[in-house]
Amino acid sequence: MTTSETQEEVQHVDSSVLDAPLNPVKVDRSFLGKIWYVLRRYPVIPLIVLAILVIAAAVGPSIAPYERDIGPIGDRHLGMFKYSELAIEDQDAPKYSAWPAGFHLFGSDHIGRDVFTRVLHGARISMQVVLVSLVLGMFIGVSLGMISGYYGGITDEVITRFVDIWYAMPFLMVALIVVLIFGRGLTVLLFVLALVAWAGFVRVIRAQVLVLKEMDYVAAARVNGASDFRILFKHLLPGILNTAIVVGTLNTSGLILSESVLSFVGAGIQPPTPAWGVMTNEGRDYLSIAAHQVLVPSAAIFMVVISLNFLGDWLRDRLDPRLRQLE
Amino acid sequence: MANFLARRFLSSLVSVLGATVAIFVLIQFHSDPRELFIPDSGYGITQEQWEALGTRMGLDEPLWKQYLNWIGNTLRGDLGVSLARDRAVLDLIKGKIGATVQLAIGGWIFAIMLGIPMGVLAAVKRGTFWDYFGRGLAIVGQAAPPFVTALVAIWFFAVWLDILPAGGRSPDFNWKEYILPCMALGWGAAASLMRLTRSSMLEVLDSEYIRLARAKGVAWNWVIYKHALRNALIAPVTSALLVFSGWLNGALVVEIVFSWPGIGYDALFRAVNDNDFPLLLGTVFIFILIYLVFATIADIAYTLIDPRVRLGSSAE
Repeated sequence: MTTSETQEEVQHVDSSVLDAPLNPVKVDRSFLGKIWYVLRRYPVIPLIVLAILVIAAAVGPSIAPYERDIGPIGDRHLGMFKYSELAIEDQDAPKYSAWPAGFHLFGSDHIGRDVFTRVLHGARISMQVVLVSLVLGMFIGVSLGMISGYYGGITDEVITRFVDIWYAMPFLMVALIVVLIFGRGLTVLLFVLALVAWAGFVRVIRAQVLVLKEMDYVAAARVNGASDFRILFKHLLPGILNTAIVVGTLNTSGLILSESVLSFVGAGIQPPTPAWGVMTNEGRDYLSIAAHQVLVPSAAIFMVVISLNFLGDWLRDRLDPRLRQLE
Repeated sequence: MANFLARRFLSSLVSVLGATVAIFVLIQFHSDPRELFIPDSGYGITQEQWEALGTRMGLDEPLWKQYLNWIGNTLRGDLGVSLARDRAVLDLIKGKIGATVQLAIGGWIFAIMLGIPMGVLAAVKRGTFWDYFGRGLAIVGQAAPPFVTALVAIWFFAVWLDILPAGGRSPDFNWKEYILPCMALGWGAAASLMRLTRSSMLEVLDSEYIRLARAKGVAWNWVIYKHALRNALIAPVTSALLVFSGWLNGALVVEIVFSWPGIGYDALFRAVNDNDFPLLLGTVFIFILIYLVFATIADIAYTLIDPRVRLGSSAE
């Protein structure tokens, strides 16, 4: 008797709370305070940085002012925001006349190529490599995680052990060996990065599937005669998609880091293709005379990775807060 | 304990076998190691020389037998002879690992000295300047790839301020040469240690026994150092152990940037470039061994610090 009464009371209190205006506490914020509030609550700055990246990757190479792989040698080590003297003699003309003649926004590198142009091209390369390898790694990781969680038994044991062993390997070592045995090329790099990405999915997805497959609706589907394949794709996949997206976003920055490290070491994208890691590596001999060759691509990598980290954290809090413990 | 160690040993054995078999198979996809002996110019080598080389290197035997030979020799402490440098692999690795260990220890000290105090400070002074400062450092540290940290450090300290050498390691000890590589190596780990310490310290500070200690009138500083810190350090300490073992293997980038003659650059990187498969196998074997030993130590250390953890469950 008493319990039901208290329950009613609780329900009553609940509904009154629900009926109350949604935002009863009004905080008076100054203009700057409002901006700060929005910046803290929503990933505005990371989204701006990533939007710039996407735009640069989409249209950058076609609007880049100079040639990608050749430049006048007389222009080498030109500092940032500098005009080239060579432009007067028409040796260093931009591709279109709207661009101020001989102007190098981010300076030029050790053989006179425009760094701004190369950074724009590098954005497209990074995006392509990371997106393809992320999708590939996600596909492998999610499939294995689902199979491992759904079927259990010996399959599960083998896959889990394999992931354990995989985590024991230093990534750079595996990547170097694979790249240098199969050759330095774009396909090999994509494959290697997918190898980096897949393992992060397996454990999380497996844990999720273990929970989901015990649910009544899955049992109902099975009673109705659904095949394993149908249950996996129709009934389990939608439930784990959020998690997969969050893990994917959190992994993207790691992939960009891996790609740049591999390119820096010489096992990734090959020069003269201007991946940001390649540009940093080419510039490191000239730190004392033209540090911008290193600092510009480094800053690009840094900004993108930091933005992806913020966006990933925010998405995780929104879509799947349980993953917070995984850190 | 014995049960745990036995399980650990078995799974380690599987890891080592799996990794070495994988590399053994992968190497077959690559060019023949004998090609290393063909001079770049001149007339190449004759068929007889080619086959003699094969016999000497044991290449004429079937693959599984080559692998068994390798395992047998390894168990006897003989990792073979490097093809490119004609020296015993074990000696080569021994000669290089000292520099890497020094680098790793330096980086470790840097990471712990920066990461743990900053984490404690950020947690104790939550919401203040120190909290934001520490978290800012952590975010920066986690977003910068190691070569960026290294190069920016060189640019700032060696080029701009001109107070530290930009790289290299002279035969006689010079402490100045260690500062930049150790900082570059330890930076990322300091960031993650700091995040870990902060979150576990916050968790501990929120617990009942801390409130009890406060309620019965223990001084705040005493609560932090005597009661909270001890429990909060469990996670950072174990993760720091794994970080250390990772560095014995993964200091490659820092070694390249600073021309540091360590095992990553001088053994692994060059072995892969030269297609020097005994050296490659030997290095990988040593790397995995180091990792597994440290992972086991970390698990045991975990139980020693925290009696609530039982080994059987952490091995799962």
